[in-house]
Amino acid sequence: MLYELILISPFMCILVLYFVAAIVSSRKERLKKWPLYRYGLWFLGVFSAVAALVGPVAKQAHVDFTAHMLGHLLLGMLAPLLLALAAPMTLVLRTLSVSSARRVSSILKSKFVRLISHPIFALFLNIGGLWFLYATDLYAAMQQSLILHWIVHLHVFLAGYLFTVSIIYIDPTPHQYPFIYRGIVFLLAFAGHGILSKYIYAHPPVGVTVADAEAGGMLMYYGGDIIDATLICILFYQWFRATRSHRFAN
Amino acid sequence: MSSEKLNRFKYSKRNLWSGILLGIGIAAFLDETIFHQLLHWHHFYDKSTTNMGLVSDGLFHAFSWFATIGSLFLVADLRSRSAFWLTRWIGGMLLGMGGFQLYDGTIQHKLLRIHQIRYVEDVVLYDLVWNLSAIGMLIVGLFFFIKTQRKLNSGIYHK
Repeated sequence: MLYELILISPFMCILVLYFVAAIVSSRKERLKKWPLYRYGLWFLGVFSAVAALVGPVAKQAHVDFTAHMLGHLLLGMLAPLLLALAAPMTLVLRTLSVSSARRVSSILKSKFVRLISHPIFALFLNIGGLWFLYATDLYAAMQQSLILHWIVHLHVFLAGYLFTVSIIYIDPTPHQYPFIYRGIVFLLAFAGHGILSKYIYAHPPVGVTVADAEAGGMLMYYGGDIIDATLICILFYQWFRATRSHRFAN
Repeated sequence: MSSEKLNRFKYSKRNLWSGILLGIGIAAFLDETIFHQLLHWHHFYDKSTTNMGLVSDGLFHAFSWFATIGSLFLVADLRSRSAFWLTRWIGGMLLGMGGFQLYDGTIQHKLLRIHQIRYVEDVVLYDLVWNLSAIGMLIVGLFFFIKTQRKLNSGIYHK
């Protein structure tokens, strides 16, 4: 019980902080009210991450690879997408004082953020990390070591978030890349995810039964399809909006 | 000449590409939904596939999702510019469907051996129907393409 509380406490913190920031900043007279749907998106994002870490899915994931894969989808794909859509950085910038907000935005403009938020770098962190996890003995090692277990989960979540925000721009993004560039990187990531799903289907990770690897691989494949389709819709919607403003200008 | 016609001509490429992309998406969707999910003619992965085949399959699967959704946004874009050109778009769609199906039937099925259309004795028959219908779609698509290309080149429209 205590262990689980420690595990989810960072998520409880960001949940509370977000709500407080949204309410406080909505009181400022010069600012619009923070939209309700974003509270909802943030809540659902935190909820899906927590559902992967504690509760029935997490418990089952220790013995069942398919449940592990469901947790992976929740933590590495769905939670990052929902959290990114809730525009946390926009909220941070409008809540802080002007001078602090400037400091944050100068961090966003830094070379370090430029590197890690580069679509190709995020692609390697994300898909490369997954290949490393499932195509080597890391998956088996992770089941033995608690520390490794935590590191892998943290990586899956952060890399998923980084990749999501490197492809779709909801928050202020100082280092932007054209739609076509992001589209191609996204395609490669999507393909890499699908290929890995089928690879797992044929080559079960150490300690996973054949039937379990087949079910897990298929869940990874089709679950990835659904979330990736949502990402594609958002990417193209943003493209559509961006070209519409040009249309009116003409 | 009406402004809508001018817009169509101006965005003739986008009409064609949007059709091609949707055609690829439809062909891939039919392959996955009808032949795999509903009829169970072939499987998720038959495990004898080469690495190269797996990569090709993965790229095409990703691309077909991307193409389906993207092409519909392109149609929305064309319509909002009053530049949608149905004949050219359908031509593109048939070229996309036929092209994908021919690629699937020759390269993916035969060369890379990702899977067969169906696991039966006389698969040649299935291959023939598959590839000939692909060529049929390509021919009709090409007909529409040439027809609209003639209009485009008829000299009424200059950039």
